[in-house]
Amino acid sequence: MTVAIPVTYNIRSVLVRWSSTLVTVLSIAGTVGVFIVMLAMAQGFRATLSSSGSNQNAIVIRGGAGSEMESALTLDQVKVIGDSPGVAHAEDGTPIVSGEVVVIANFPLSASGTDANVQVRGVSPFALEVRRNVRIVEGRFLKPGLTELVVGKNASTTYEGFELGSAVQFGGGTWTVVGIFEAGGSAFDSELWCDATVLNQVYKRPENIFQSTTAHLESPESFQQFKDAVTADPRLTVDVYREKAYYEQQSQFIQTLIRVLGAMVAFVMAVGAVFAALNTMYSAVAARSREIATLRALGFGAPAVMSSFLVEAILIALTGGVLGCLVALPFNGFTTGTMNWQTFSHLAFAFRVTPGILVAGLIFSVMMGVVGGLPPAVRAARLPVVVALREL
Amino acid sequence: MKYLHLIVKNLLRKKFRTFLTIGSFIVALFLFGLLNTIETAFNQVDLAGANRLVIRNKVSIIQPLPYSYRDQLKQIDGVDEVTYFVWFGGIYQDRKNFFPNFGVDPETALLVYPEYLIPDDQFEAFKSDRQGCIVGRDLVKRFGWKIGDRVPLEGTIWGGTWEFNVRAIYDVASKDMSSNEFWFHYDYLEERRPFFKGTVGWYGLTIDDPGQAVQVAEAIDNRFANSPWETKTETEKAFLTGWANQMGNIKLLILSIGAVVFFTLLLVTGNTMAISVRERTGEFAVLKTVGFTDRAVLSLIIAESICVAAVGGAIGLILAKAFTLRGDPTGGMLSVFNLPTSDIVTGFVLALTVGLVSGIIPGSYAMRMKVVDALRRV
Repeated sequence: MTVAIPVTYNIRSVLVRWSSTLVTVLSIAGTVGVFIVMLAMAQGFRATLSSSGSNQNAIVIRGGAGSEMESALTLDQVKVIGDSPGVAHAEDGTPIVSGEVVVIANFPLSASGTDANVQVRGVSPFALEVRRNVRIVEGRFLKPGLTELVVGKNASTTYEGFELGSAVQFGGGTWTVVGIFEAGGSAFDSELWCDATVLNQVYKRPENIFQSTTAHLESPESFQQFKDAVTADPRLTVDVYREKAYYEQQSQFIQTLIRVLGAMVAFVMAVGAVFAALNTMYSAVAARSREIATLRALGFGAPAVMSSFLVEAILIALTGGVLGCLVALPFNGFTTGTMNWQTFSHLAFAFRVTPGILVAGLIFSVMMGVVGGLPPAVRAARLPVVVALREL
Repeated sequence: MKYLHLIVKNLLRKKFRTFLTIGSFIVALFLFGLLNTIETAFNQVDLAGANRLVIRNKVSIIQPLPYSYRDQLKQIDGVDEVTYFVWFGGIYQDRKNFFPNFGVDPETALLVYPEYLIPDDQFEAFKSDRQGCIVGRDLVKRFGWKIGDRVPLEGTIWGGTWEFNVRAIYDVASKDMSSNEFWFHYDYLEERRPFFKGTVGWYGLTIDDPGQAVQVAEAIDNRFANSPWETKTETEKAFLTGWANQMGNIKLLILSIGAVVFFTLLLVTGNTMAISVRERTGEFAVLKTVGFTDRAVLSLIIAESICVAAVGGAIGLILAKAFTLRGDPTGGMLSVFNLPTSDIVTGFVLALTVGLVSGIIPGSYAMRMKVVDALRRV
């Protein structure tokens, strides 16, 4: 009764019916592959935006504006924000804040040649002190007052004409690329940075108007103190966010879109794969009725037969799951771009296949195996021994 | 046709297997419909008017253009009607309720965009109310608005609360087009906004001869070259393609998923047909013995397979269509959620092709087998 049928029996019978097993393995592999790629895409997009923000930075925008693009702050307000408690100071006592201007410029995508909206950020000289995750990897940082650009690593590869030293035309000015920076795969990697004041002039925007102010705080815990002071100040009508929270909220639209559509597609594919598994396992049971009856006659109990077939189905599904993971794995780091609707600008991001996602894919494949294997396994266990033995 | 009875009987013999194979087709074609619907939602390019140009600031779409360009545009050869828009970016109640809202020119908007269908009396009511607005049918469904409602939008670019009266509801001629826009008077915006006065966001215009689009676009950009506000003029199609390309290569992604699924489906059905033919080897030998030609046996098997494909494909596509009629599952993120009829036809043809191909392989095996060998087999 308690004797289990050895797994080698299952493996060998699976190999005998290799063609229909292969079909099931492939359909489960396809489903798991799509499932993983979709999750990796959503994860990559989220990671790109959330790694843009630091917990030790606070971003201030005009009250009611949803993003920097819609916001406006005057120079006076930027100074008030800089003097608020909780802001970190440089050695000479100046507050480490960056009043920034964000606009869009059009550049052709290298891939398709059509124009994309590139985010251009006018920064203050303190930008690198505020954003510790940004490093210049080639050339140097821009000098204030000059029409110089430093270019994010993704931007330099996604669009045409951003080699070090090249001249770039936009917004009625000619800019020189003096440096390329790396920002750890964050949204800044898709941006062009230049001097805020110069950008205002070139874009014919009102002088001394900024869109956001990012302040580097003394410590992540100073945020509440800073926020309370800034929101209570009668000279300011602003919203204050932790930089990390601000960027995470920006990723929500695309993330939900990818997740909902991805879940829908993966679910439908899963139903299809379960059908394939059911088909294979039922055929297996039908073709092996005599074998099953022989096993029963030898003394293996009904539960042993049932679990044997279930194990077989799960093995097939798991093989498919592993294959799906292997197929999806090369997508890790695959960089693509999409429109970030919160800023109307093009954003490059890399797919991220994390161990968690792979495990989720494997669990998904096992579930398909159980659903597709259980009914045929039950049938196998219920097979009347005498009738089956007599069958041709 | 006279063998129809035989085909049906054969299919009904192993009901559960037939059900599973039909099920695979249903799932695959349902998915096909779903993917095409998503693709249509992301790809609104085909709906662009061939005779329309879009003129924006050369720097970028968020930079405005002067209102005074309007009269100058009209003087350029080949230009027919000119209208303009301002992106307002207002929010209704919550940021999640996103929909595009523009300030428009009531006199010319419909001349350039005639596909927005509005009853005459409603349109007149809109024109005579400075705070009036025109809303799309989709928005009416989403928020339960009706004519006469007062709708507040929270300004993001120009702050404060802006109130509008729903005066007209527009429909669209094609189901592939969304109706989720919110139009209001440019003048109302202009009198209240503190900055960017005297500017518009972009111009849309019609031209007399679509064949001259490139020349007219060039003439416009040359006209405003070296001015403080240089322009970039494109056909509407190029303009929309630019946006679509920035969304990333959704089309490629969808096509690859589709290919994976179809390949799998082909394997599943091909495999099932093969099993079923192998099991019936003896029967086919008997059929041949009683006088069925090789060709007839082949056609029988193919017909069986196509039959399964047709039933499964039809059900799958009908389900997909029904699903899209229920509305957008993302809650308004996709502007359009509709499965075009042309895609339904393509899907059905694809299903039949898969049915044919997966019938041919086991069919030709049955056709070639020798009666004597087959009868001897246990």
